[in-house]
Amino acid sequence: MNEMQFLTWVRGTGLNIAVGIFLLGVIWRLIEIYSLGRKKDLSAPRNVPGASGWHTVFRRSMPPKDMGMVKKSPVSYIGGYVFHIGLAVVVFLFAPHIKFIESVVGLSWPGLPSQFVDLVAVITIAAMVVVLADRINKPVKRYLSTFEDWFTWTVTFLPVLTGWMAVQHLLLPYTTMLALHILSVEILLVVLPFTKLFHAFTVWGSRYYNGAVNGHKGVAV
Amino acid sequence: MSATLEKGVRVLKEVIDAPIASYFNSCVHCGLCAEACLFYTETGDPKYTPIHKLEPLRRVYEQEYTLLGRLKKLAGLSKPVTDAELGEWQELVYNSCTLCGRCSVVCPVGNDIVYMVRKLREGMSASGNAPDGIKGAVNRTVTIGSPMGVKLPAVKAQMKHVEEDYGIPIPLDAEGAEYMVMLSSMEIINFPEYLGAIAKIMQQAGKTWTLCSTAFEATNAGMQIGNSDLARVIVSRIVDGAEKLKVKTVISPECGHAYTALRWEGANLIGRPFTFQVKHIIEVLGEFQEQGLLKTEGFETDKLTFHDPCQLARRGGVIQPQRNLMKMVAKNFVEMPDPGFINWCCGGGGGASAIEEGEELRIEAFKKKKSQLDAVKPDRLVTACANCRIVLEEGLEHYQMDIPVVGLTEMIAEHIPEKGA
Repeated sequence: MNEMQFLTWVRGTGLNIAVGIFLLGVIWRLIEIYSLGRKKDLSAPRNVPGASGWHTVFRRSMPPKDMGMVKKSPVSYIGGYVFHIGLAVVVFLFAPHIKFIESVVGLSWPGLPSQFVDLVAVITIAAMVVVLADRINKPVKRYLSTFEDWFTWTVTFLPVLTGWMAVQHLLLPYTTMLALHILSVEILLVVLPFTKLFHAFTVWGSRYYNGAVNGHKGVAV
Repeated sequence: MSATLEKGVRVLKEVIDAPIASYFNSCVHCGLCAEACLFYTETGDPKYTPIHKLEPLRRVYEQEYTLLGRLKKLAGLSKPVTDAELGEWQELVYNSCTLCGRCSVVCPVGNDIVYMVRKLREGMSASGNAPDGIKGAVNRTVTIGSPMGVKLPAVKAQMKHVEEDYGIPIPLDAEGAEYMVMLSSMEIINFPEYLGAIAKIMQQAGKTWTLCSTAFEATNAGMQIGNSDLARVIVSRIVDGAEKLKVKTVISPECGHAYTALRWEGANLIGRPFTFQVKHIIEVLGEFQEQGLLKTEGFETDKLTFHDPCQLARRGGVIQPQRNLMKMVAKNFVEMPDPGFINWCCGGGGGASAIEEGEELRIEAFKKKKSQLDAVKPDRLVTACANCRIVLEEGLEHYQMDIPVVGLTEMIAEHIPEKGA
């Protein structure tokens, strides 16, 4: 297989397989999780404005008020915000990505200038390296970490790195790097529903449940 | 697999619901929950990270309720939960967790970690891995009627003393009274002033109230140990008593977990909504204050601060009334750092104070409360939970801090003018 054949495969068959596993995986996992249901709370509720599942879905995007958590774990918060927002910008606002999505599903939206996205990619890569270093350095994070944590970091990092390198024409010929980039995204798609990366989907449900359970008591968490 | 382990795992399978599944799938191992837990902050030991305390529950979830987990189990690739492991986890699930719920407030993905610890305790208890201290308390509550072995004659003796001291009759089994007042053993034995305070407050407010001879004990060690069957037996006594006496409201005493057991878990334990309301005494006092039924005279002039019981504030939603009440009788009331909703636990909630072998760790964790108090340097510490009070007194004594601890209800009652005076 030469590099063109490789690129053709990842753009065709490879992509179909990856997207198929991703979609079926997401649906399967969502059913597997949420069909377990929960019991109705029979205690009399205390209604307080701001205490509900929906409030917590949004509120929890910010650090908790007055608890000094950002100071206690600055890398988790700042690094976390930077790489999540960075990933979103790079994935959804880079013009070639939008073109690609348009070619697949027919939807498109305005992108950002490529130099800007390039800068965001570099910042995202840096932030991901910093959060990795923090995971190695901080006793609690190291203690909690399993193979899955290192593995999911890697499969998230590779698409960003290979994408940036392809755009910069670094290390390998563009075609090969682009094919590797697409392949790394496909690996990410396949892995996502079955690892902690699935938090991208369950985070909303988790926040909702926490907010609803505590909101029932009139506590805005 | 031993019979008890089998039972424990079966119970764990039963308690797993959609929220727990969602929480386990959302955890990214960021470890921020450790920073919210006083057992981690004061020891620096990563094993006290709240989410780590749930590891046996997580594995049962993965092995029983996920496709990949089941495949791994079939292929013999997963690590089953063992008796030895659950035994080892006892320290993490009981001694070093007071169900204070601070972790649930900081988790960025929104995991309600304390919700899961409460559920894990069901399996721990069913598999015989609960600490002896709480087991004893549960047995005494179920067989004798109270965790400290207090029986009705002791309550009657105290009623008599209070009637003599205060000159106010204490009603027992008065049908149709508006309020049924509950006590905790701790109050019957250590803090008899509480009952006198209630008598004065109710007399001034002109409210009818009663004690119940078949349900005077509010604490529920069944909930703390994580045995819903026993918790149901204990809470049913109160429900039966309240319904027999046809009271409108049952008042939970100054005891945090008794409030949680009755106010939030009670109806779910018996499987139907209550026909009466449940209020913590602080909520009732707050209402009396708002309605002008609570009139006090004079002020405390020394420097006072307030320790929020976790189950009342963060876990129960009662945060402002205690502050309004403090201001009613205290000229110099100062807040500790991290007050109210984000307050730090005394270190002995959720049954932890009944665990003898957990004492050393409890004292270590108390350094958090010590640092809060050192920042304020109060003359006295006020709280609204008899268990917090005992734990605080032990901690203060250990660190040789001369700060008396008082109950808010009693302090309010001391400022009620004598009738006819």
